[in-house]
Amino acid sequence: MRAVSVEEAVAMIPPGASIMVGGFMGVGTPERLLDEVVRQRKTDLSVICNDAAVPGKGVGKLFDATLVSRLTATHIGLNPKAQQQMLANQVAVDLIPQGTFVERIRAGGCGLGGVLTPTGVGTLVAEGKRQIEVAGTTFLLETALRAKFALVHAFLADYLGNLTYALTARNFNPIMAMAADTVIVTAEHIVPVGVIAPDHVVTPAPLVDYLITNG
Amino acid sequence: MDAQTIIARRVAQELHTGDLVNLGIGIPTLVANYVPPELKVFFQSENGLIGTGPIPEQGLAHPLLTDAGGRPISALPGASTFDSAMSFGLIRGGHVDVTVLGGLQVDAHGRLANWMIPGKMVPGMGGAMDLVSGAKRVIVAMQHAAKGKSKIVAKCTLPLTSTRPVSMVVTDMAVIAFLDGRATLLETAPSVSIAEVMAVTEAELVIPDNVPEMKI
Repeated sequence: MRAVSVEEAVAMIPPGASIMVGGFMGVGTPERLLDEVVRQRKTDLSVICNDAAVPGKGVGKLFDATLVSRLTATHIGLNPKAQQQMLANQVAVDLIPQGTFVERIRAGGCGLGGVLTPTGVGTLVAEGKRQIEVAGTTFLLETALRAKFALVHAFLADYLGNLTYALTARNFNPIMAMAADTVIVTAEHIVPVGVIAPDHVVTPAPLVDYLITNG
Repeated sequence: MDAQTIIARRVAQELHTGDLVNLGIGIPTLVANYVPPELKVFFQSENGLIGTGPIPEQGLAHPLLTDAGGRPISALPGASTFDSAMSFGLIRGGHVDVTVLGGLQVDAHGRLANWMIPGKMVPGMGGAMDLVSGAKRVIVAMQHAAKGKSKIVAKCTLPLTSTRPVSMVVTDMAVIAFLDGRATLLETAPSVSIAEVMAVTEAELVIPDNVPEMKI
């Protein structure tokens, strides 16, 4: 793990990159990283995030700045700008069930080719997907999902990069921290090693590549 | 009593002590207001919380403690938080006893459509498909008709949320269950007749000999 400035971290992200962004309706999203992505105008991004949040918040800021060309999400109903950009074919949107979304990312981070889920069988979601029967139940084969970068927001990070999360701001963050080539983290507080007890570490330090310095 | 209150009060009667319950957005959210305090129910918020409490008093909201719509909520003593893989493991894995969702259409066999209107409204399914596929009991809480058109239809014209039939539909006019795959009228709302329910229900209804009135 290396501690870097937010400018330095975002400079590593090329235009057109695939980025996973933690957060649920903007809660638990690394806002400082997204503000810097907007400032450096990283265009043509392929974004993997649960939802499109709302304008001015979380990944909503990326839609405000029209930096997204592709979105993989479960729900965009509360961001009219994301909807407009989808309807105008400026953003290609892949909507998938939330349980499938998180399991595909988990599979991507755990070295699995995909998962078998009953969710979506017999619906529009099943179109073009392989169906596999196991012990009399039909499942959809949903393939693993990874990205070049994961932008993660933690509550506490220690100087080594061990992470804990707070309340409902945990959501997709620890799962995404497993599923990208480069993991960049912001934390509400950065604390000395030992403050986070081993039993309380959720994301172990070796998973974190860059920690954004505070202050 | 207005339509939403009738529905929320009646759905609340389906919850039991110890149940893990997930409430959707809209009318389902109101159900929590009618659960008697002696009934110890665990409410799950799918963004990673069991033990959801009421909206906090002004000034006590925490930006990292929100419901699935991103609004501030509280956590009751004994609450637990977890990541989204755990949250949907609970949902898909059959650990959620009851889920209450809104609906656009329910067909004669109990199949629900509630996530998109092609060409008009494509918000995404969020957690709805997993909830309907995996919760032990699925209750749809919705108005019986929209703009005079029955929402309980012979066949869904909107894309299905799941092919798995729901357990029960509670509307402002009736309680309908899907026994042996057929829509069956279990109760009528106060001062609503069986004939009135049948008149605004497109799906064919099985009418048992005894159809009591909701006790709300």
